[in-house]
Amino acid sequence: MTQTTARTSAPAPAAKQPSAIRLGLSRAAFETKMFFREKDAVIFTFAFPIVLLVIFGSIFADDLEGTGLNVSQLYVAGLIGSAAMTGFQNLGIGIAVDRDDGTLKRLLGTPLPRTSYFIGKALNTLVVSFFQVVILLAIGVTLFGLKLPSEVSAWLTFVWVFVLGVIGSSLLGIAVSSLPRSGKSASAVIAMPFVVLQFISGVFIPVSQLPAWLANIASFFPLKWMCQGFRSVFLGDAGATLELTKSYELDRVALILGAWVVGGLVLCLVTFRWKSRRDG
Amino acid sequence: MRTAVTVRGLTKRYGDVQAVGGIDLDIHAGEVFAILGPNGAGKSTTVEIMEGYRTRDAGEVSVLGADPGRPTREWRSRIGVVLQTSNDVAEVTVRETVRHFAGYYPNPKDPDEVIEQVGLSDKAGKRIRQLSGGQRRRVDVALGMIGGPELLFLDEPTTGFDPEARRQFWDLIQGLAHQGTTIVLTTHYLDEAEALADRVAVVAGGLIVAEGEPKTLGGRATAKAKVSWSDEGEHHTLETDTPTRTVLELTHRFDGEVPELTVTRPSLEDVYLQLIEPPA
Repeated sequence: MTQTTARTSAPAPAAKQPSAIRLGLSRAAFETKMFFREKDAVIFTFAFPIVLLVIFGSIFADDLEGTGLNVSQLYVAGLIGSAAMTGFQNLGIGIAVDRDDGTLKRLLGTPLPRTSYFIGKALNTLVVSFFQVVILLAIGVTLFGLKLPSEVSAWLTFVWVFVLGVIGSSLLGIAVSSLPRSGKSASAVIAMPFVVLQFISGVFIPVSQLPAWLANIASFFPLKWMCQGFRSVFLGDAGATLELTKSYELDRVALILGAWVVGGLVLCLVTFRWKSRRDG
Repeated sequence: MRTAVTVRGLTKRYGDVQAVGGIDLDIHAGEVFAILGPNGAGKSTTVEIMEGYRTRDAGEVSVLGADPGRPTREWRSRIGVVLQTSNDVAEVTVRETVRHFAGYYPNPKDPDEVIEQVGLSDKAGKRIRQLSGGQRRRVDVALGMIGGPELLFLDEPTTGFDPEARRQFWDLIQGLAHQGTTIVLTTHYLDEAEALADRVAVVAGGLIVAEGEPKTLGGRATAKAKVSWSDEGEHHTLETDTPTRTVLELTHRFDGEVPELTVTRPSLEDVYLQLIEPPA
């Protein structure tokens, strides 16, 4: 089987590489397709915050003194915060599994730029989180008397808190995905910090009821600030008196979420591994 | 003859283990080159360095004229890699996956043609999860060749195949080789190397212990032949450089048919096993 014929179609010398953004969109579509076909995962991803909302909202239906608000509305805002942070958990576990089952290694062998992979993951997370939030809002409105804000400014706040929050926590998720030793251990390793963060960041328990040192720890992480931002949107001025500082501190929310986006990006670039540890 | 891969003085150490101890290789454009060797002999490390997956400690490596230690997108789009194991991409169909990967390359082949070439046309609409191991392996190959690579790496491509699937796979590889694709193959199956490879290299202990055409490897063509026969129930074996003369003498002695006559030369497997035997 000696091969003497030269390859006729020599590589077109100036063949143009597809753009990284377009490939990122293509990855996002592919990832989203895969996500929605994993039926059991889809059901539980969406059911989890809903079940929590229904349980907490039904147990704690009291009114919050002097605000005209009730506790369940507080939970809607908190759970939207935690829905916006699902990216942390989904990517932290998902990428660890991708690294373990050869997905990443296969991609590394193709000309796909890593930026496109990240864009795909981030957009996929944005889509999933967005659906979660829509469902939570629908339940909040129909079951727990949540009033959607009518001012444009509140929705603008919602958009930037949501986008900064999702991107920041997705990047954090990509970074922590390098921590688990294997795909199998990933869900245990990643779920723990996420649950802890939810408890100290005002998702289930108002921050004002936490000991100061716990609240201080929480304020280093994005979730507390996301929840605070969402409370400003859905509880309005009446709820501001419930905050520790009697204000939603939106400027600080923006500052810290923005810092997490930048810091998360740096962390990703520094720590991201295509290969699992045992793969050298 | 153009050279696809040049390796000079390649070394790689993991901790105390010298995985590759100074390898030189030349792989010509358009040939099928097989790398044989026991597990842990350094063949995967060598191939992964050529694929741009691993860094090297010392030596020079040029793959399609570029240093794989600094892989670029342009270079990646000219090679194809089929890795050893992969359990990824499950809930997407064969066609969706191949089409998606085609988008990574500047000059991809037609996805449907590639699916046809790997013999999966009737499975194109099936989700990868539903495929058998051998069919998944063909998807791996389809993804490795979708970019129209000049050089295709196949790492133990037929492990776990049944004999029929292996034959079909060989046909596929031979077809690619006839189209001018350079193929670098690692395998445990000596019949596979013999059927496919123009040249083979045997790696043992991090070094190349033999290199050449399968039929002449390790002096196989000139080695002594074994002539065996039986004489009144007793089995005789003679090693000789002149088997034809021996058979002629035996024919005279028995005056016709020689009972249980066989003439054998060392198989590739015999030569291989001798080569990889550690020096006593």
